[in-house]
Amino acid sequence: MTTLREPIEGRKAARGGPGASGTRAPGGPGQAARRRIGVRQTLANGLTLAWRNVTQLKHSPEKLMDVTLMPIVFLVLFLYVFGGVVSGSTQAYLEVLLPGLIGQMAMFATMSLGTALCEDIHKGVFDRFRSLPIARSAPLIGAVLGDTVRFCVVMAVLTGFGSALGFRFHTGPLDILAAYGLAYVFYLAVCWISVLIGLVAPSPETVQGISFIWVMPLVFGSSVLLPNTRTMPGWLQAWVNVNPVTKLADSVRALTVGGPVGSNPLITLAWAAGIVIVVFPIAMRMYRRRA
Amino acid sequence: MTTVIEAEGLTKRFGATLALAGVDLAAEGGRVLALLGPNGAGKTTIVRILATLLKPDAGRARICGYDVVDDAVAVRQLLALTGQYASVDDELTGTENLIMICRLLGFGRAAARARAREMLERFELAGAAGRAVKTYSGGMRRRLDLAASLLGDPEVLFLDEPTTGLDPRGRGEMWDTVRGVTARGATVLLTTQYLEEADELADQIAVIDHGVVVAYGTPAGLKERTGSQTLAVRAADRGTTEQVAGIVAAVAGVRPDVAADSGLVTVAVSDPAMVPAVLRRLDDAGIVAAELSLRLPSLDEVFLTLTGHRAEEESDLERNGRVA
Repeated sequence: MTTLREPIEGRKAARGGPGASGTRAPGGPGQAARRRIGVRQTLANGLTLAWRNVTQLKHSPEKLMDVTLMPIVFLVLFLYVFGGVVSGSTQAYLEVLLPGLIGQMAMFATMSLGTALCEDIHKGVFDRFRSLPIARSAPLIGAVLGDTVRFCVVMAVLTGFGSALGFRFHTGPLDILAAYGLAYVFYLAVCWISVLIGLVAPSPETVQGISFIWVMPLVFGSSVLLPNTRTMPGWLQAWVNVNPVTKLADSVRALTVGGPVGSNPLITLAWAAGIVIVVFPIAMRMYRRRA
Repeated sequence: MTTVIEAEGLTKRFGATLALAGVDLAAEGGRVLALLGPNGAGKTTIVRILATLLKPDAGRARICGYDVVDDAVAVRQLLALTGQYASVDDELTGTENLIMICRLLGFGRAAARARAREMLERFELAGAAGRAVKTYSGGMRRRLDLAASLLGDPEVLFLDEPTTGLDPRGRGEMWDTVRGVTARGATVLLTTQYLEEADELADQIAVIDHGVVVAYGTPAGLKERTGSQTLAVRAADRGTTEQVAGIVAAVAGVRPDVAADSGLVTVAVSDPAMVPAVLRRLDDAGIVAAELSLRLPSLDEVFLTLTGHRAEEESDLERNGRVA
């Protein structure tokens, strides 16, 4: 064994030497090859791969079309279709609808992630990542972090367009920040569901279809559009009340236009943590199995 | 000499198909080992197991003494993989692709930038460095892929069909590059469907068929078994094909292969002097040859000699193995 490892050590030493133009070899000079990858390197690798996703968006900004147009279309449609009926006027409904849409968009914005991931796997780019001395989870973490751009765009457009239509915040800056922060945390958690679907779907085309099946009941069976559940049948009320998207929408509503906040943000955070605790290990197992 | 790549009894099954049925391999440091075989023979599966992308069902493999399953992290620090399906990011530029890999390998920002520029120049891609990879030609894409693989000066380089789909010029350039890599001391394992390619580049050739190594040796040793060259003759007048076959048989001492559809008569020959002998006898018999050539045996002919059957393309097993 000792004789077999000599070339490795020699190589590390050579890389760390003066001729290596200051590059850091993995493992550092003179060390035997490392067998484990730490949390810091995992995060650094994840950020590099997130940079890749952001750079892709820079080259093809048309990929942001969905998150740019979606909030405008939904805001206009729902506001003018439901406004009069639900709140008596579109202006009054805007204060109900926009915070709800923040929750809805946080869900919708995760859907493209699975498709992109599935494409990467089929194209062979992931083969290279998996043969590199980086953490196995890094490409997945990178994909999730890189998608932050999409979240920011969808929220900026929604808020900007909503303000143009007359939406006003009634709370302090900290509350508003907390509202978007909560939506972001929930978004990151839900991203892992999208990752899991991207890993198990047979082809990129099928990802979208599968995503709709679980996203729609969560988004529309919630308090996003109608905060009042009294006219719904009992089973639907029960669903709406346990639905984490309801908790998120109610939290955002209270934090942006006022009203009792209650335990909703805590329940939302608990849901986010629960989703990550359950889905992340399954996603990692699926990812390893494809390897 | 140190054995850098070792595999013993590698077995892999995809559903009902046995992709590898016990593969033994060994490659020494700084040498090129070629896996030669048709599509579906199991070449890519072997590479994917050695590159830690796939776990074998049975058997074991080591790279520089590290087990590819138990010490996968250590193995990944030593290897680089250039896949059959170019694994560069289409949407990034050449420079961005290389910087990304450098950063993942632990280079600092400035070092990554410098290394990327150096490699783009070395692989004659400097002019296209700022362009998105999707605008690259097939050959440029392969070169970038290889450049990405060499960023970390790997101890072991896996090249899965590096020239499939390239034009002859691109193929020649790729061969030069591979020779350059071995000149720097790296061990290379390449898969190919072309005997000519294995002959050009490899120190050792393992012929793979149906998931087993059916022949193993130096290119010279293999050619001794298969005949170093193939003589092909076709009569201008199809009616004389049998006569041609008779003449070739008399000179070569073995019965040639006669293709019924094209009338092409082929036989493995070890002595180039047989060519003028055949020509003379054809002339004496008054037969005009429409085609007469001496060439390296094709993979098909090698297979016929070594396995008794022609190299047949199987189902799209290798690709399934990649995605499954």
